[in-house]
Amino acid sequence: MKKLKILLNGLIKENPVLVLCLGTCPTLATSTSVANAFGMGIAATFVLLGSNVVISLLKKVIPDKVRIPCYIVVIATFVTVVEMLLHAFVPDIYDALGIFLPLIVVNCIILGRAEMFANKNSVGDSALDGIGMGLGFTLALMLMASIREIIGSGTWLGIPLYSGIQPMSIMTLAPGGFFTFGCLVALMNFVTKGKVRKKQKKGCAGCPSAAACAGAEKGECNA
Amino acid sequence: MELSRPLVVAPSPHFKSNDTTASIMLDVVIALMPAAFASLMLFGMRALLLEVVCIVSCVVFEALFNKVMGRKQTIGDLSAVVTGLLLAYNLPPQLPVYMAVIGCFVAIVIAKQLFGGIGNNFANPAILARVVMLVSFSQAMTTWSIPVRGAEGGVDLVSGATPLASITATGSVDGLSYMDLFIGLGKGGCIGEVCGAALLIGFVYLLFRRVITATTPVVYVGTVFLFSMILGQDPVAHLLSGGLLLGAIFMATDYSTSPTTEKGKFIFAIGCGLLTVIIRVFGSYPEGVSFAILLMNILTPHIDNLTKTKPFGGVKHDQ
Repeated sequence: MKKLKILLNGLIKENPVLVLCLGTCPTLATSTSVANAFGMGIAATFVLLGSNVVISLLKKVIPDKVRIPCYIVVIATFVTVVEMLLHAFVPDIYDALGIFLPLIVVNCIILGRAEMFANKNSVGDSALDGIGMGLGFTLALMLMASIREIIGSGTWLGIPLYSGIQPMSIMTLAPGGFFTFGCLVALMNFVTKGKVRKKQKKGCAGCPSAAACAGAEKGECNA
Repeated sequence: MELSRPLVVAPSPHFKSNDTTASIMLDVVIALMPAAFASLMLFGMRALLLEVVCIVSCVVFEALFNKVMGRKQTIGDLSAVVTGLLLAYNLPPQLPVYMAVIGCFVAIVIAKQLFGGIGNNFANPAILARVVMLVSFSQAMTTWSIPVRGAEGGVDLVSGATPLASITATGSVDGLSYMDLFIGLGKGGCIGEVCGAALLIGFVYLLFRRVITATTPVVYVGTVFLFSMILGQDPVAHLLSGGLLLGAIFMATDYSTSPTTEKGKFIFAIGCGLLTVIIRVFGSYPEGVSFAILLMNILTPHIDNLTKTKPFGGVKHDQ
């Protein structure tokens, strides 16, 4: 039961994009089409799973003071693997994702889960957490991309959906991305009746990056 | 004892005025009527169709939104009518009707009601809708038909470029006299912006009714005139082309999205003027009025903060 909860946590209750608001940059940039969003989501999920497992295995070995560089090295390794795989097998997606593929290294979802979860929990739990969070990321991304692609290009996964009405191309540009993101976060709060946000503690304790923040216990950040 | 009306305790000044939102909006609608007439003369029934569609869909969207969200019904204040009419004035005459309806949705639901309705919107709904449509339907939004004198004395429509596009392309307004530009004959553009004369009549009416002060429009137009002259452009052509008069008179003076104080209005109008000329001369779009006003709308809260007036007898706070 507890294992299932860890897995499902990332889908709604702690959805990395729509609730924790992590990884916003790749979300906005790659949700212009469903194909890109799917590629990005799967790539990030793979990296998340790999880095969570390895960091959980190494949690006793990594010295506390240099943990962030160590995590980044682990994450960068997996990102390079993903990058090479995509380049070799799906060059279209590789080209479409462009700079955002190597930027998975600094995706805060992945570093955030390493800090918040993998360095405190067992290997199995960390793997489940990685899959859950990755799926949550992928689903949120696909949802956003579906809205943006249907309204902005008139297609879904490249399949034309309607003709006669010109699609609103602003939805595939930056303003449409922010607008869709805002609407989905609002929808999330509406569906969960604001419970997700209310449950979080106020101040530093409720901050998603509390675990990664040196000043969190003293309440030093003004964010 | 129960009070039939709640006692309202408020600080001075205890002025009473008969102005209501609805009466002010009605004045704006009246001031917009000459331009509606001009658009009917120049573009025919097509212009009237777009105006009616925009007004009706704006009012319907506002009514529906209030109904769905369980808010107080606000369509009686006529602000949706003004938004619809202004948006229609910002559209080219041959625009497909469904696009106009989408524009009305953006104006009323997204730009106005989502932010809390009239008075709480950060940007002028008609301007925001126009910019969204310009970016979304760029081809349909920049396809112009030009009213020219027909063979039998009537007005014919031919497709062609706007004066501003001609300025950008060739440096001149393509053989049009200043009078042509002022009346709107032989000049392509949005249905409400082509006839400068009609807009000026509306301006005089608004000034006479004290709905707006002259500061914003005069400073805005003056800045465009001076700045385009400095840049070696034809200042009169810049003044009479595009949406400058429509924007300066009716959209840069919107109460909730422009500064309150006269000093603030001055800064706001100069900013609008500079941005307009910069976009017209250096930008990739031939027209920059809507972008300029939208950008200055965003700065309005800051301008308001910087130009706070000292209350009479008040003491300046040390920071």
